[in-house]
Amino acid sequence: MVSIPRILKSHWWRFPITWWWRSLPLRVVLTEFLASVMVVVLGGFLLMQQATIGVIDGKKETAKNEARQAINTAQGQLDAADLTGEVNVDKLLLDLATGFASRAQQYEVIIIARGQTITAGNAVSKSIPPLFRKQVEQSNDLWMTSTQIEYRGRPSVAGLVAGATLTLPGTGRYQIYLLFPLTQEVATLVVLRYAVVTTGAILVILLTFIAALVSRQVVTPVRAARRAAESLASGNLRDRMKVHGQDDLARLATSMNYMASELEKQINTLEELSAVQQRFVSDVSHELRTPLTTVRMASEVLYEARDDFDPVAARSAELLQNELDRFEALLSDLLEISRFDAGAVQLTVEEVDLRDLVRRVVDANVRLAETNNTEVTVHESGEAKAEVDTRRIERILRNLLVNAIEHSEGHPIDILIESDEAAVAIAVRDHGVGFEASQARQVFHRFWRGDAARARTVGGTGLGLAIAMEDANLHGGWLTAWGRPAMGAQFRLTLPKKVGAILETSPLPLVPRDLVGPGGTRFDGLEAPAPLAAPSSPASPAPAPRRAAAETTASPS
Amino acid sequence: MSETTKSAGPRSRVLVVDDDAALAEMLSIVLRNEGFEPIWCAHGDKAFSAFKEAKPDLVLLDLMLPGRDGVDVCRDIRAESGVPIVMLTAKTDTIDVVEGLEAGADDYVAKPFKAKELVARIKTRLRRMPASEDLDVETLRIGDLSISVDGHSVKRDGVQIQLTPLEFDLLLALARRPWQVFSREVLLEQVWGYRHAADTRLVNVHVQRLRSKIERDPEHPEIVVTVRGIGYKAGETAQVR
Repeated sequence: MVSIPRILKSHWWRFPITWWWRSLPLRVVLTEFLASVMVVVLGGFLLMQQATIGVIDGKKETAKNEARQAINTAQGQLDAADLTGEVNVDKLLLDLATGFASRAQQYEVIIIARGQTITAGNAVSKSIPPLFRKQVEQSNDLWMTSTQIEYRGRPSVAGLVAGATLTLPGTGRYQIYLLFPLTQEVATLVVLRYAVVTTGAILVILLTFIAALVSRQVVTPVRAARRAAESLASGNLRDRMKVHGQDDLARLATSMNYMASELEKQINTLEELSAVQQRFVSDVSHELRTPLTTVRMASEVLYEARDDFDPVAARSAELLQNELDRFEALLSDLLEISRFDAGAVQLTVEEVDLRDLVRRVVDANVRLAETNNTEVTVHESGEAKAEVDTRRIERILRNLLVNAIEHSEGHPIDILIESDEAAVAIAVRDHGVGFEASQARQVFHRFWRGDAARARTVGGTGLGLAIAMEDANLHGGWLTAWGRPAMGAQFRLTLPKKVGAILETSPLPLVPRDLVGPGGTRFDGLEAPAPLAAPSSPASPAPAPRRAAAETTASPS
Repeated sequence: MSETTKSAGPRSRVLVVDDDAALAEMLSIVLRNEGFEPIWCAHGDKAFSAFKEAKPDLVLLDLMLPGRDGVDVCRDIRAESGVPIVMLTAKTDTIDVVEGLEAGADDYVAKPFKAKELVARIKTRLRRMPASEDLDVETLRIGDLSISVDGHSVKRDGVQIQLTPLEFDLLLALARRPWQVFSREVLLEQVWGYRHAADTRLVNVHVQRLRSKIERDPEHPEIVVTVRGIGYKAGETAQVR
């Protein structure tokens, strides 16, 4: 309802073309129609040609015989005539002509003698082609040709003309022409043509109908197969096609059904495996956590009492306590990752202002920032509400922030929050060691370490960013990294405002603003009040970061 | 901290229901260290009778137990008493937690926990809300309920409504500041004693449980009203004093 007018407006001319390529029956029916029209036209044409030749030839033969007979009779009458005076010749010829014409109604007679024309009937002498006249004048034989017979006061008709020379002893030569109109034959042919056209048209309609019927017969099961495949694809694994008979289409249905059942089997196996893994993860979780709790509490007791121990035991208690923290973090990260791998993760979304989450995470890590001599600044511009799983997004932010603090080397950290109609973006920018541009994707790999040679002085399980990426993907969001050696790094999280919406652009550029615009110029300049905007530079290089963002956003998700 | 528990006269009794002997022993050590009197029960089937026998001030309950399930044990105890129940669970992201809370547990601690964390949770549950902080009224009104602050009782038309101490605290927190909208985080801090962000499911589940006891129609609550996107507040008071 909504899309059709749009199509009509913009690409109405494309509509038949798309229809043509999308509908197999239409293609079959149209092709069949054109082909049968061609065949019927050709057949009709040949038929008419043959019929015309046959009818005209027959008429020619009759006309020839009649003409010969008539001319012989005329010559005989002339020979037998008593010619005493000049005047009588014309009278004689006129009698002759009218006699013939009235005797046999089938033709009209024109006699041309010494420049004068004697006609019996309505035909005019113009009907005789001049070339033919010359031919007849120069010989004594009987000649015939086809012509258009013209009448006085009547429309002309197609006809045959026979001509010969009569000799009158003493007076000279006269040309006698017999004109045979083909009225009857033309009428016959018209009827015949009408019949051929009608039959042809009916034939074409019937053939088209048959083509439609046949293509429907073929297409219906194919469409059923398509629907079944679509249904399968959308998860209805129990859907099957109906099998009728044993033809190719039935075999198609059988194969489709076989494929469906195989798919179902495979998917069930996978689901079972996933369930087994899920249960395993859950069991491991419980089985490991209970003794770990005991160990942890025991270690705490020892740690509290370390002042009473000798130095070796005291240090051991300290190490035990510290490493238990790491062990615990690693365990929970591992369990989290395996939950993702098992597909056992579900979002519990609520609408929150991401600025609150950022603030909470920053507040919780003030101590860590202080011990690393790093200052964390949050740059926000208005409300940034989105439907998210608070726990997961907080975890992502915590990961990004802790990561930034650990790699900041004492340089300040900036957190940017920006939103547009569809998305909210949070970028965590540090000015620390950074990483090679080629590593922008590797940083999200499990247990990836930026510099293998570097001592693991800072904590972290090596799974933090991998989990963050999984969490971001779960929200339909993007998590992208940008980094250059010695220029720091920026991690940008982009989340759709509504769960299930598809992200198209991020409100923030991937490349840090401090590297693209002069002094933190907004890259999208115009919308929203801009606390960070530099009004003195309206011609900021806005397109460049937009492009940079567009290039990279698609890569991780 | 240990000063308060020791000075509170007899040592608080804590029933530990957990099948893991090592953990139970460790818990006993820690609890005794903190001035509690631990009692151990290792089997789900025996948990309820142990509870009736020991009459503890608080129950630490593992959700996965041999015999009767932890959630069922929780329900059994709750049917009988309002004693604070803190669940010990290894599964925090599954529905187990919600099930346990719906069965009546007041709070939960996720394994592996730190001893301090657990002790803090236990102490919060044993320490009742201060009777009156800024008001010296004895009776508060919320909706058509009257709350006797010192008597820890709630009445509608003179008929007493049985609430667990936690539910009472929750209702009291809302009733004390009827003009204020409480976010879940604020309630977590005031009622459950969490300083940092915690599981908001605690609030959601307990508000539901509270409503099922005090609302005339829990589907259309009038006493504990949801403020969309923010949290909860007390409903309009029927008769304003």
